[in-house]
Amino acid sequence: MNFIVCIKQVPGTTEVKIDPRTNTLIRDGIESIVNPFDTYAIEEGLRLKEKMGRKVTVISMGPPQAESALREALSMGCDEAVLLTDPGFAGSDTLATSYTLACGIRKIGEFDLVICGKQAIDGDTAQVGPGIAEKLEIPAVTYVKKIEEINEAHIRVERMMEEGYEVIEMGLPALITVVKEINEPRLPSLKGMLWARKAKIHIWNASDIACEKSRIGQPGSPTIVNKIFTPPPRKGGEMILGNPEEQARKLVEKLHEAKVI
Amino acid sequence: MGIKILEDKCTGCSLCVEPCPFGLIKIVSREEVGKPHPKYKKIAVIGQGCNLCGACLEPCSSQAILIEREEAKPRPDISQYKGIWVFAEQKKGKIQGVVYELLGEGRKLADQLGEKLSCVSLGEGMDEAAKELIAYGADRVYQIEGSILRNFQDDPYTDVLIDLIQKEKPEIVLMGASAIGRSFASRVAARLGTGLTADCTELVIDLKKRQLLQTRPAFGGNIMATITTPHNRPQMATVRHKVFKKRVRQENRQGEVIKESVEGKALSLRTKLLNMVEDITQTVKLADADIIVSGGRGLGGPENFHIVEELARTLGGAVGASRATVDAGWIPYSHQVGQTGRTVCPKIYIACGISGAIQHLVGMQSSEIIVAINKDPNAPIFKVATYGIEGDLFEVVPALTERLKEVLE
Repeated sequence: MNFIVCIKQVPGTTEVKIDPRTNTLIRDGIESIVNPFDTYAIEEGLRLKEKMGRKVTVISMGPPQAESALREALSMGCDEAVLLTDPGFAGSDTLATSYTLACGIRKIGEFDLVICGKQAIDGDTAQVGPGIAEKLEIPAVTYVKKIEEINEAHIRVERMMEEGYEVIEMGLPALITVVKEINEPRLPSLKGMLWARKAKIHIWNASDIACEKSRIGQPGSPTIVNKIFTPPPRKGGEMILGNPEEQARKLVEKLHEAKVI
Repeated sequence: MGIKILEDKCTGCSLCVEPCPFGLIKIVSREEVGKPHPKYKKIAVIGQGCNLCGACLEPCSSQAILIEREEAKPRPDISQYKGIWVFAEQKKGKIQGVVYELLGEGRKLADQLGEKLSCVSLGEGMDEAAKELIAYGADRVYQIEGSILRNFQDDPYTDVLIDLIQKEKPEIVLMGASAIGRSFASRVAARLGTGLTADCTELVIDLKKRQLLQTRPAFGGNIMATITTPHNRPQMATVRHKVFKKRVRQENRQGEVIKESVEGKALSLRTKLLNMVEDITQTVKLADADIIVSGGRGLGGPENFHIVEELARTLGGAVGASRATVDAGWIPYSHQVGQTGRTVCPKIYIACGISGAIQHLVGMQSSEIIVAINKDPNAPIFKVATYGIEGDLFEVVPALTERLKEVLE
């Protein structure tokens, strides 16, 4: 079976800190990483390939430097990598991104299952996965925490909900977005890393994937960002002192005064 | 289309460097890049990956940054789109809490625009629910009935809502940012080709432009972005739980119910819902909870989670957990709060033995009141806590539970 994994390169999060003086993100020395949720998608793709055979293709849309994210996916064991990059993609919102990735996936050719992480940790929208499914006209299940069964024609998955989970079956080809609970991503092997360093990455631009110019980048994006600002930093409040009983009593008083209990 | 630094205006002052959320702006020597200027020695350059967000425009004191947006496309006629819709998400026939919050906010927006507030209710046997929706502020309820709509499934729900939107042309469509809402809204917006803003925490009407200003957190809440859908309708948004207040229920409020059945209609259905399994370890849902008590590594082991559970039970709250405890297998993933778990914003968040790594903080720092109980006075959690208690959680938490039992009785 052919599996396609969509990934995004995002700023490394552990370093995302706020400068207390300027209240802005400190970006010095921030490296780019593969969106953490996408690593679960890669791992699931690899496991499915090990079980069902054929190959895993990893695809990303981004600037040329997103190549390094794709190499990381290759070093984990993905077979092929595709980077969609074009100045015309700049300013894409989730709709234009979904459309562009769908065009790229169509060009890859036959596939059985598309796997995405549930959301990216920079944008946090969780909209691109279902958006791709819509543009590819295939069914989708979001927030998958387990694949119970898969064969050539069907997949049965568990979808995480607020109060538990749902068991859903659908025909292939289809798309799933996955949550952290689904697996534990492997580390790249040394052999994988050496291979990935030299592996060929398919670089496709807007005309390669035959997309309509009016539907990509900023012209293809119905939403625009009017303003970006940092919220006022949350300030540490007061420390409650005393022995445990006193601390408990004082805290309950405070909560009572604040009318929250 | 694109972004430009106006060479003759840029002073190289670097005011634009920090605001760029992607860190793409660098200040370089003009000489090196072959762009000399009689007065200024330096110039800003923008690296690849700019998404034209415009965060650099305001800080630039010399108007040296220009964003050109393409205006060539003929715009669809949006003047016929009127009114505000709220999707009445239901599970097992029960309208979800966030719907009433959306009605509260939707009412305000509708009154500002001088338009109607409508609810779209998809399900089976939802007559009573329609009355409730009106009592909580809806002027009109589109009650679409059918056995295929009993439980949420992407395909038939999308078909029905798209059909209704195309027929009735609402200006704004709001949904809760739940598992269902975030998936469903994405499909609907993608098929309509309209804009959708995820997980909003603030909605404001710009009356002059007749646009919805949608503000949402990004980068785990470290950045806020205000987003609009200027040229497409409806303007769609999913909205976070517990951000907006529901209105007081008005028993005798009048409204119109437009009831339709989809029985016998051809709707697509490519997924099959086989089973719904409730998480029995989660008696109160994290997303809906007004109070959350979370446990971290400080608990020492799974056998001690009952201390946290006891406090949560006393307060009628939900049990949360840090990533460390979930990874160690002390508690199921469904309880994890933080970047790779759930984002929560309850009225009270009590963190017991959680040090407060940034990944945890981004998942809970918008809570109204944060209480931190930790024995390490330098734990980062204290930096965001409204009330901090330095102490042994094994003493403090039971004492707190006892005290609350006395008070609440």
